[in-house]
Amino acid sequence: MTAPQPATTAAPGPASSGTGRRRSGRIVPYLAVTPFLLYVTVFLLYPTLIVVAGAFTDDANRPTVTTLRVLTDGVYLRAFARSIELSAVTAAVGAVLGALLAWAVSSGPPDGPLRRGVMAAAGVLAQFGGVTLAFAFIATIGLSGFATVFLRDHLGIDLFTGGVWLFDLPGLMLVYTYFQIPLMVLVFLPALDGLRPQWREAVESLGGSGWEYWRYVAGPVLLPAFLGAALLLFANAFSAYATAAALVSQGSPIVPLKIRGFLTSEVILGQQNLGKALGFGMVVVVAVVMALYALLQRRAARWLR
Amino acid sequence: MGYLELREIKKSFGGVLALDGLNLDLAAGELVSLLGPSGCGKTTALRIVAGFEAADQGRVVVDGKDITGVPANRRDMGMVFQAYSLFPNMTALGNIQFGLRLRDVPTSSRKQRAAELLELVGLVAHSAKYPHQLSGGQQQRVALARALAIQPKILLLDEPLSALDAKVRVTLRDEIRRIQSELGITTLFVTHDQEEALALSDRVGVMSEGRVEQLDTPARVYREPATPFVAQFVGVTNALAGVADGDAVLVDGHRLPASGAAGHPRGAAIRLIVRPEEIRLRPDDGSIPGALPGMILTQSFLGPVMRLTLRLESQDGQLLRVDVPSREAEQHAPGSRVAVELAARSPIVVPA
Amino acid sequence: MTAPAPDTLASTAAPGRRGAPAAPRRRRPGAARWLVLLAFGVFFLLPLFAMLEFSTRQAGGRSFAAWRAIVQDPDLVSAITISLELAALTVVGMLLLVVPVATWVHLRLPHLRRPIEFICLLPLTIPAIVLVVGIAPIYAWVTYLLGDSPLTLAFVYVILVLPYAYRAIDNGLGAIDLRTLAEAARSLGAAWPTVLARVVVPNIRGALVSASFLSVALVLGEFTLASLLNFNNLQVTINLLGKRDAPVSVAVSLAALLLAFVLLLMLSYVGRRRGSSGVTEEG
Repeated sequence: MTAPQPATTAAPGPASSGTGRRRSGRIVPYLAVTPFLLYVTVFLLYPTLIVVAGAFTDDANRPTVTTLRVLTDGVYLRAFARSIELSAVTAAVGAVLGALLAWAVSSGPPDGPLRRGVMAAAGVLAQFGGVTLAFAFIATIGLSGFATVFLRDHLGIDLFTGGVWLFDLPGLMLVYTYFQIPLMVLVFLPALDGLRPQWREAVESLGGSGWEYWRYVAGPVLLPAFLGAALLLFANAFSAYATAAALVSQGSPIVPLKIRGFLTSEVILGQQNLGKALGFGMVVVVAVVMALYALLQRRAARWLR
Repeated sequence: MGYLELREIKKSFGGVLALDGLNLDLAAGELVSLLGPSGCGKTTALRIVAGFEAADQGRVVVDGKDITGVPANRRDMGMVFQAYSLFPNMTALGNIQFGLRLRDVPTSSRKQRAAELLELVGLVAHSAKYPHQLSGGQQQRVALARALAIQPKILLLDEPLSALDAKVRVTLRDEIRRIQSELGITTLFVTHDQEEALALSDRVGVMSEGRVEQLDTPARVYREPATPFVAQFVGVTNALAGVADGDAVLVDGHRLPASGAAGHPRGAAIRLIVRPEEIRLRPDDGSIPGALPGMILTQSFLGPVMRLTLRLESQDGQLLRVDVPSREAEQHAPGSRVAVELAARSPIVVPA
Repeated sequence: MTAPAPDTLASTAAPGRRGAPAAPRRRRPGAARWLVLLAFGVFFLLPLFAMLEFSTRQAGGRSFAAWRAIVQDPDLVSAITISLELAALTVVGMLLLVVPVATWVHLRLPHLRRPIEFICLLPLTIPAIVLVVGIAPIYAWVTYLLGDSPLTLAFVYVILVLPYAYRAIDNGLGAIDLRTLAEAARSLGAAWPTVLARVVVPNIRGALVSASFLSVALVLGEFTLASLLNFNNLQVTINLLGKRDAPVSVAVSLAALLLAFVLLLMLSYVGRRRGSSGVTEEG
């Protein structure tokens, strides 16, 4: 007459010998994440907060929007305009030329030495550049650079008849393009890889030409990825500092250099938080661009899976 | 003279010979499958017909016209690929219309034709869906509709069912056959799945190492294989080693009748190829002439038949697979001794 | 009754696309492609060549004096050492910080995945030049507590490499069947630290190497934070050197670029070898 034993089913996951272990099993993962969160808070979130808060504070530490309003003043507005111009132009040029180079690389074997070499070089130039790139260009088209001398001595062309433009916006545009193109290759090549050979063959079997393939299939499919990559290039140029700092020692035509001014020279009374306001402005611009980029990426991923 | 002919096609890829003098001919309205293991060249042959590869030697002739040099986009053939061929940026309807769009067909006739085809493949409800919203089977139906929209002279299918689930494969296979015979379109179908090939085709071309070993109706390929490769590739087989002896074969002292042995010199070492359903089992009393003694090891229930594995006492204990109707299963329990006889139809004899 | 399944066809396209049939490669217009590659090749190699030319100039000929000076200049040598040490510290810090978090997110905290990914992508949205403005007061504390060695830059460098490191390690964890491995180890009696050290880490070696190389490249190339927080790392010293002794600064710039190139090239070979290899069914 024994009572029937209740059926027991083993609980999934690591065996727990009671509520004590189970509860600690739930806390432990969170504990492991806490150091990470603390670290990130101290070294990333808090500094960001300082910048954002500072943008909305005046000299007496009272909340205000006047600091921000100064940004619409001529000098700073022009700096933003030039930053945006620099970023837009180099993003457009970099996107088109980079896409072309990416196409040339993608048509080859995926594991071949050419592709590996180009990808490694692109990685270096896109992310490592900065000061070293500035010097590379000074060595090429600086006042005593190789190309300058060569053109002057052999072809009678003086690069700098209109003034030394290397150390001003036009020079920045050229040097920025030098790292924008590789970045485009890095970001856009996976999209090109996502083009399936069957699409081209299907177009051909239906009677279409290569041009029609690009016009009706490959072009539209690649467009979100292309635009997204161009946005990334924009954000990259907008945020860049090192190259400009190395090339431009006098004056601050673009926003990052203006911020440099606030950090290195004496702070003029009444404008302590202006640097933070400029920083906040930069963050807003980059955040908007990155948000658009994320949206386009999602669309691109859907078609190029 | 067929509607589609391949004559002496040779093709190498970097020193590896993919096609070695391939010959093939299809009559108008016929569905022919190219069947073979991977690497046998069947896909290469298809792609040469489509124009995506150029043969090193040989001709491709359609309806009497030599199209060997014609580029792929002017061959007027419809192609269905194994997977991933739908244009992701167009809906099902858009995909189907694409070929017509390229031919500047006016919008209203385009839409109408596309709608007809959607109905033909049973996907009317999904016309506005994008490829990533369709299942594998649905995608292949759209691919088929797209290929048929342009009313091609020839339909080419490159393992269209291989990437699909088993159940979908069978349903879609029947659909393809139905549509093909309704439209009467000459079709070349490539597959490695022999069940598919045998079920679908008017004729099957079994390929191995760049050549067609046999091009015949499914029944003849199965029952009268022309070469040892075909015999062993199509269906399940057993092979017994023996010696030719006139119109019979000597296997371990037992004389088994086999008229195919007549073509081999007396005493030559040969192999007998027998299918599981061509073997008869009799209760063993040790004295039946022309029957090999053996013992049943296992039974596998396959539905209509029971597949038995039995071990012969001779031939170094070779295992044989034998199919018996399921209702006779009780007579052949594991452990019982039987005598193995070959069924009346003549087994194939090939050199050892 | 069916013929044996064919071997898994090798995908000739980008990794990750399993199941695509191997189509023999079509011959595309080769001439246009090579022309493009040549043009870009010239464009990108010209400045590098110019650097070589510039740094080997001497009255009446060529000389590698500037290159020899790299190892003779004490400021430069100390800056190189500091940058290398910073790179090592950053890699260690990155591994200690990211691997446990990424593992836990995969195993137990999938609902934290989005927030943590967002946090790890934040450094991309906050330009270094802006970060340095907000981090200056923090660093005042850091140098007060730990002295003013440039090695304290490692703290913020870990933040800078976070986006790349997290993505690489997250992908690596996604490629192995982490849950099964962890449960297998646990059922055999392993405690969590052992699981991490003996099971997780060895299986994501490729991703860890990848994250480490990217971190090293980033640290060696970092200028903004170092310069504006007044530390002397490699790039800052190169910049200062440029005003004082141009040929040497150009020489060391070229050397740094070439070194980084070799580093990333090696990375591409390691990454492929230990790439995600699915289990293929045979027979």
